[in-house]
Amino acid sequence: MTVSPTDSHQAQPEAATPASLAGPRAKASKPGPNRKKPGFSLTPYLFLALGVGLLLLLTYVPAVNMIWYSFTDWNGLGPVGDWVGFENYQEVFTNPRIFGVFGVSIYYFAASFVQMALALYFAVILSFNTRFSNFFRGVIFFPYLINGVAIGFVFLYLFQPDGTLDTVLSWFGVTEPPQWLGDASIANYSLATTSVWRYTGLNFILFLGAIQSIPAELYEAAKIDGAGPWHQFRYIIFPGIRRIIGLSFILAISGALSVFEIPFIMTGGANGTATFVIQTLQTAFTYRSVGLASAMAVILLIIVLLVTWVQRKVFPDEKVDLS
Amino acid sequence: MKKLAPTTLKYLSLVAAAVAVLLPLSVVLLASFKSSSEYASTGPLTSPQNWLNFDNFATAFEQGGMVEGFINTTVILAISLAGTILIGTMTAYAIDRFNFRGKKLVMGLFLVASLIPSVTSQVATFQLISSMGLFNTRSALVLLFLGTDIIAIFIFLQFMASIPTSLDEAARLDGANYWTIYWKIILPLLKPAIATVIIIKGIAIYNEFYLPFLYLPSEGMISTSLFNFKGPFGAQWEVISAGTILVILPTLIAFIFLQRWIYRGLVAGAVK
Repeated sequence: MTVSPTDSHQAQPEAATPASLAGPRAKASKPGPNRKKPGFSLTPYLFLALGVGLLLLLTYVPAVNMIWYSFTDWNGLGPVGDWVGFENYQEVFTNPRIFGVFGVSIYYFAASFVQMALALYFAVILSFNTRFSNFFRGVIFFPYLINGVAIGFVFLYLFQPDGTLDTVLSWFGVTEPPQWLGDASIANYSLATTSVWRYTGLNFILFLGAIQSIPAELYEAAKIDGAGPWHQFRYIIFPGIRRIIGLSFILAISGALSVFEIPFIMTGGANGTATFVIQTLQTAFTYRSVGLASAMAVILLIIVLLVTWVQRKVFPDEKVDLS
Repeated sequence: MKKLAPTTLKYLSLVAAAVAVLLPLSVVLLASFKSSSEYASTGPLTSPQNWLNFDNFATAFEQGGMVEGFINTTVILAISLAGTILIGTMTAYAIDRFNFRGKKLVMGLFLVASLIPSVTSQVATFQLISSMGLFNTRSALVLLFLGTDIIAIFIFLQFMASIPTSLDEAARLDGANYWTIYWKIILPLLKPAIATVIIIKGIAIYNEFYLPFLYLPSEGMISTSLFNFKGPFGAQWEVISAGTILVILPTLIAFIFLQRWIYRGLVAGAVK
């Protein structure tokens, strides 16, 4: 077969810089209603088979199983256990050992406000002319890329008794610092702070991207009208990124409920730092109550779906979903 | 003078942020060069006597199983990336370029799946993987990395919509079949999107902790090898520090060289 146009078209993407992704090629032709002639064709299904097959196998089969297990007393070994109705769900809401861990999410939810405030502040000041802005941008963003276990160890080291944090605090006259991770009344604050350190970079880069997509003429017009930095923020930047801020707030809810890596790696859930996800996994794999754990997972799933539904209601025409 | 104050504050806050980010990392770097007696006798902020003391790195590599971790991560990463790209582009090609029965359903399935919190559903996925006899195999991880990547499909879909269909038509007229169009026209044009997916997915797999922790307990990937330092090196912070630095280093190098691509990729991946 001859595919003469192929070669000439293949040359195009190399020439196109990534910045002009859609530009030159999109102009090459108007997307017509070509698509596909009527009549049944096997072709699309063949292309879909692998992707949809894996999706069903690894996402939907487990999800359906999970709902089934949640109504049984299965221990994960041998045949699936006996049907127990809503007993597991009742247990989740009445057993304080399980229900209590929802409270831990509040620390992370509160922390995500700090995180967004920091991210917004730095995104705004770095969108104005700043020396070494590349360096600062990189430094603020980099933690988000670091391996979670490495972050866990970095902060375990930082929070050690007589460790870095205590040494730095002693310069400022703090002589009796608390046990940052050993004291149950403080451990969650320390972990939530670690979480802020890790994730601020992501919010920052999303906000910065949104700010930079605001057309430059707006600023110039504002400057001509004599608007200072505060007015530029209030009337140009803030409206331009209100949507992404709103979305981030809503997503902070499901984010706070699904906190897992940092407390699991750093404290293993000890000292009252167990989150709902840690509790679910321990219930399943340590205590072998797969039925109960499934009920917990289903409840989390329902909450996340609810939050997403609210998000869609509040921000209807935006196709954004941070997962 | 009045004009200077806000600028000074701005730079002060930036420097404070830089210190907050870099100090925790730097002290780990300092510790990684110290000998164990030196670590015990000096404070966290004193610099090591010998900046070329690589003993801890050697210990981390040899006794800490980091070699195994890096090899496993590299192998699993390469296979999963190749698979994700193939499966993702094929799926996106079918959805973007064809009208077929059930298209809405398929789209819906992918959308809803992107909302399911993957960590908790391991409760049930684990039973499935072990019933398939894949528990404690690297195949289990490859399968899980391949099967759950919905973001890649969305990125490919979004990008493919900007490739004019007239290219497909021209090739059709020349007698190319759909596979040829996909392989010779679409796939090469998707290069920028593929680069984005490689970056997002590559970082995600390199950093993935819970899946290898759960499914591959007998061997380490990079995260689990490091996590296992907790036991044998529990009190040897100089060795743990060296291991931590070894894990962060490739990320730092990748970040320095691919900065622009990483920013763009993450924004594309997060805001579909």
